[in-house]
Amino acid sequence: MNIFNILKEVEKVDPEIFDRLDPRRAVFKHFGGFGKKLAAAAIPVAFGSMLNKAYGQTSSPSVREVLEFALLLENLEYHFYLKAAATNIFPAPAGKTAFGVIRDHEKAHVDFLRTAISGLGGAAPTTYTDANFDWTADGLLGNATFTDYPTMLAVAQAFEDTGVRAYKGAAPALITNDTVLQAALQIHSVEARHAAHLRRMRRDMMPNGVANLKPWITMKDRGGLPAAFQGIYDGEEATTQASVNLVGTFNGIAIDANAASEAFDEPLTVAQVNAIVAPFIA
Amino acid sequence: MTKQTNPIPEQDVLQGLKNPLNRRSFLQYTGAGVAASALLLAGCDDDDDMGGNNMPGAVNLGSGDVGILNYAYALEQLEAAFYTAVVALPNFSTLFTSAVERQVLTDIRNHEVAHREFFKAAITSTAANQIIPSLTPVLPPSALASRASILATAKTFEDLGVAAYNGAGKLLTSATFLGIAGKIVSVEARHAAEIRDMIENGTFASGSAGITTGNIVDANGLDVALTPAQVLAAAQPFIKETINASNLPTT
Repeated sequence: MNIFNILKEVEKVDPEIFDRLDPRRAVFKHFGGFGKKLAAAAIPVAFGSMLNKAYGQTSSPSVREVLEFALLLENLEYHFYLKAAATNIFPAPAGKTAFGVIRDHEKAHVDFLRTAISGLGGAAPTTYTDANFDWTADGLLGNATFTDYPTMLAVAQAFEDTGVRAYKGAAPALITNDTVLQAALQIHSVEARHAAHLRRMRRDMMPNGVANLKPWITMKDRGGLPAAFQGIYDGEEATTQASVNLVGTFNGIAIDANAASEAFDEPLTVAQVNAIVAPFIA
Repeated sequence: MTKQTNPIPEQDVLQGLKNPLNRRSFLQYTGAGVAASALLLAGCDDDDDMGGNNMPGAVNLGSGDVGILNYAYALEQLEAAFYTAVVALPNFSTLFTSAVERQVLTDIRNHEVAHREFFKAAITSTAANQIIPSLTPVLPPSALASRASILATAKTFEDLGVAAYNGAGKLLTSATFLGIAGKIVSVEARHAAEIRDMIENGTFASGSAGITTGNIVDANGLDVALTPAQVLAAAQPFIKETINASNLPTT
C-alpha cells in the first residue's frame, strides 16, 4: 500500500485534502518522514486519524465530495464484479447469474453518479479503470480473489457490507438536497440487497458453507472474513439506538443482544471507509 | 373496507390509489372474507386511547418529523404483528420444514419488534403527546395459510418498507432521525432480499417490484421509493384504524 497514492486518490475526490490535513501544508510534508517510520500495520490507523483530522474539523462534506466518494466505491465494486462474473469458478450457474445482476447494478450506479456529478457543474467526474485497483488487497489475498471461489465471495461480501455502511454514513450530509438524498438512499438499499444475497451465498456454499452466517450482521462478527477486514464490522454490535436500549422483553418476545444488533446497521465515516478500501486501491 | 373512503383531499393520495398497487389488487389478494374474519393479533393492545386523534377508529400521524416517525412506527407495528403471527402459528414447523428458514423468520420478527419498540420509545421521549396508539392489524387468514402466501405477504411488507423509508428520508429535517432511518432501511432491504430469494433464489434485487410498476431495481440501479400516500394506500387494508397522513410533510 502506498499511502501517497491513496492520498492522491483522495485528492481527486477532494482537491482540498492537503489543505484539510493542514492549511499550511507544511505538516503534511513532515508526514513523509513520519510514514516511513511507522510499522506497515500501523499505517491504516495513522491514515485514518489523518483523515479524521482532515474531515473531522470541517463541516459536512459537500454534495460533490460525497458523490465522488461514492463514485470511487462504486467503481471498486463494478471493476471487481466485471472480472468476477467473467470467471468460471462458480460451482453453479445461479452464482454466476447473481454476480452478473450485481455487476450490472454497480455499472448503473457508476453511470448514475457520473451523470449526477456532471449535473452539479465544475470539473468532470473522475474516471477509473481496472488499473486503479489492487485485487490482491496489497498482497493479503495473493491471486485468490478471482481464482478461489470462497475468497471471491468473501471479497464481494466485504465490498457490499462496506458499501451499505458508507452510504449510510454519507446520507445525513445530503439532507439539504432532496433529490440526491433520495437517490443515495435508493442505491443504499440495493447495496443492502446485494449484501444479503452474498451472505446467503456464503451460508449455502457447497461443500464448506459459513455456518450460521445470516443475511444480516450479528454483533460485529465478520463471518469468517480475514481479520484485516474487521473494520467493516466494528461498531455493528450496537444494541442501543438514540439512547433507547433494545435488549429486553416486549409483549412476551425476548430481544437479545444479537437480535438488537442485527436490527440496525451502523454507518461508517469517510475516513473509516477509506481505511477499509485502501488496500484495494493501486 | 369502508374505512378507506375517508376522503383526504390531496392529489397524490388519489394518484396513490390509482397506482398499480391499488385497492382493487389488494382486495383481490386479500379475498372478500377479510372484513368478516379480521384477525386481531395477540399482543396488540386495542384499548389504547386515541389521544390526539379526534375520530374513533381514525389515527392522525401528525406533522413534521414526529409525523414521519409515527408513519414509520405504524409500518413497523404492522410488520412486527405479521411476523409475530407467523412464528406463533401452530403449524409453523410444518409450513417451514427448514430450520434455516424458521430462523430467518424468527430473526425478522425480532428485528421488527426491535424497530417497533425503538419508535415507541423514541417518539415517547421526543413528543409523548403526539405518539399514535397501538394499531390493530388486520391479517387475512389466506396470508397465513401456506409457505407461499406467507412469503408473498412478507415480500410485500419488506419491499414496501424499503420503499417507504427510501421515500421518507427527504421528508425528515433532523439529521439524527435520518441517520436512524438509514440504519433501519438497510436491514429491511436485507429482509426483502432474503424473502425474495426464499421465494425464488436469485431475485434478491431483480424481477418485478410488485408494489409498483416496473422492476424492484430500475435501469439506473435504484430501488423503489414511494410517498407516504402510496405506501399507506397499500398498507391500509392490513390496519383496522384509518390512517390519516394528510398533515405529513411533502418535501
